[in-house]
This record gives sequence, structure tokens and C-alpha cells, in this order.
Amino acid sequence: MKRKINTRQSNEVNAGSMADIAFLLLIFFLVTTTIINDQGIMVKLPPYEDMVVPPPPIPNRNILSVKLNKENALLVESENLDISQLKETTKNFILNPTGSDQLARSPKQAVVSLQNDRETSYKAYIAVYNELKAAYEELWDTRSLQVYGKDYKHLALKEQRDIRNQIPQIISEAEPTNF
Amino acid sequence: MIRRKNNQPKINTSALPDIIFMLLFFLMVVTVLRDQQVGVKFSVPDADQVQKLENQSLITNIYIGRPLDPARGNTPLIQINDAFIYRENLNQAVRQQTANDFRHQSDRAITVLKVDREVPMGLVNDVKTALRKAKRLKVSYIANSGKTF
Repeated sequence: MKRKINTRQSNEVNAGSMADIAFLLLIFFLVTTTIINDQGIMVKLPPYEDMVVPPPPIPNRNILSVKLNKENALLVESENLDISQLKETTKNFILNPTGSDQLARSPKQAVVSLQNDRETSYKAYIAVYNELKAAYEELWDTRSLQVYGKDYKHLALKEQRDIRNQIPQIISEAEPTNF
Repeated sequence: MIRRKNNQPKINTSALPDIIFMLLFFLMVVTVLRDQQVGVKFSVPDADQVQKLENQSLITNIYIGRPLDPARGNTPLIQINDAFIYRENLNQAVRQQTANDFRHQSDRAITVLKVDREVPMGLVNDVKTALRKAKRLKVSYIANSGKTF
């Protein structure tokens, strides 16, 4: 007895439910995952020194002292200042367009000194740091437009370094006060 | 006319799984599974000088905020990756966390600070000092992009 080979029987796997399985996996991933889009202010911290080295003497005119007290009030060069004016004040200090002998001698020598209290809120600190950074970013933008005719962020890395050498970002953070 | 209705062709759905799988793979590639359980409440401050973080694999997360669990009290706590850290052993903990992971030896490693806006700066400063001692100098303060004042 020879078995008849059933040629009509299909060998296909039924793929109808494949879509359902894929959907199930898809929905699982949709629910369990979160797309991370963290953004932040990038900062390079200074290396830690065990020995407290006395800083080289800097003439007072080259230092912009920015202080935040525990009430989150801003004090720039020993005067109260609203945070909305901090950026312009900083830019004016660094560039010193009028050649005042109270402001920085040159952008290369300008130092921004930031000090806060241990009780200062993080929000106030970030707001101030953000303004200081914004001041430098705007100076870089205007300088690169003058020199290269392009925005700072569209420059090549070498050109960016050149701009940063002309206006170095020196924000020095002192140990917080503790009242 | 009636006969024609019976003959209506079926829509071929054999390509449907392929499309769905494509979507699935896309999602699997673009998303990062969250492997940390965050035990503190934090609402980050606003800032407009923010940059996107490029490399998710070279990141150490440090969270500072009030604990979610009321049993842990109401003072701000520090959480590094998965563990709660107390101020007394902060230096040691930061060094350990960063030394354990070979990926974090590289200079490109970034420490991400996710800090609540009301946390006092003293605590943040302690963390910063500990990071400086552990030679982890690249730091990013996470913020929402928006107006600061």
C-alpha cells in the first residue's frame, strides 16, 4: 500500500496571529520605556587641591565679585542687583567698551568670582550661573561674527578655540559661606 | 451585482507583521530602559543655556531631593545611581561608584546632577567637592529649558 502524497496540503505557517504578537510586544515597549531627553548646563569643575595655594594677586578691577546670600539676594561688586541685569553687567565688565578703570583691563584678564551661601537655594544658583554663562556665550557670538562672519556654534572646533582664547570663560567659585 | 459582492477580494495582511516589527525595532533602538529606581522627589530648575547629553552610557546619575518614602524623613537626601548616600561617607561613596565601573574611567564620563530646585547649595557643594576629589570633573546640572526669571 503506497501512501498517496497529498500535494494539495499547504505547508505554510499560519501567520495571521503574527501581527497580534508583534502588536503586543510593541505596546509593551511603548508602556515600559521613556525617551530620555535630559538637558543640562555643562560645567567643568576645577581639580581638587589638598594644599590651599594662595591665588596669584589679581588687581581688583579685573575681578567681578558675584555673591548670593542665604535669602537668595544677589550682590554684584557689593551692590544689590536684579538678576535681569546680571548678563549686561557681566558683558560690560568683560569687554569694558568705555575703558573705565573700574572694569576689566582686557577680556583675557577678566575673572568672574562667584560665591554663595550654604543656604542659597539651588534654583537661585542655577539662575545666576546660567546668566554668567549666557553673557560669555553672547560675547563669543558677537566676537565670532566680527572675526569669521558666522555664529559661534557654526564655527570649526579650531576657530571656536581661537574665540575662547580671546575671551576665556573664567568663572571662579569660592567655598560657600556659612552663616 | 449580487455575485460581485461575494467576490470582493480580501485585503492582503501578510505584510502587517513586518510593519509592526519595524515600529517595534525602532522603539527598541531609540529608547533606553530605565534601570534605576529614583527614591527622591526632584523638580529641576529652569535655565536657557542647556545642552543635550550625547552619550547615555557614560553617565552617572546623582539625585538630590526630599525622599519619596516619608519613613526616611524630610531632609534632602543624596542618591547615587541606586543607593542613598549620607554626607559622612560621601567622598568614599563617590569614589567607589566611579571606580567600580570601567566605563567611567574615561575623561568623557559625565556626572549628571538632578537636583531639586529648593535644595540648599551646601549639600550640592559637598557633592561637587567629593566629585573634584574623585577627579570626576565633567558635570551637568540638569535643567528644564525655559526662562530663569
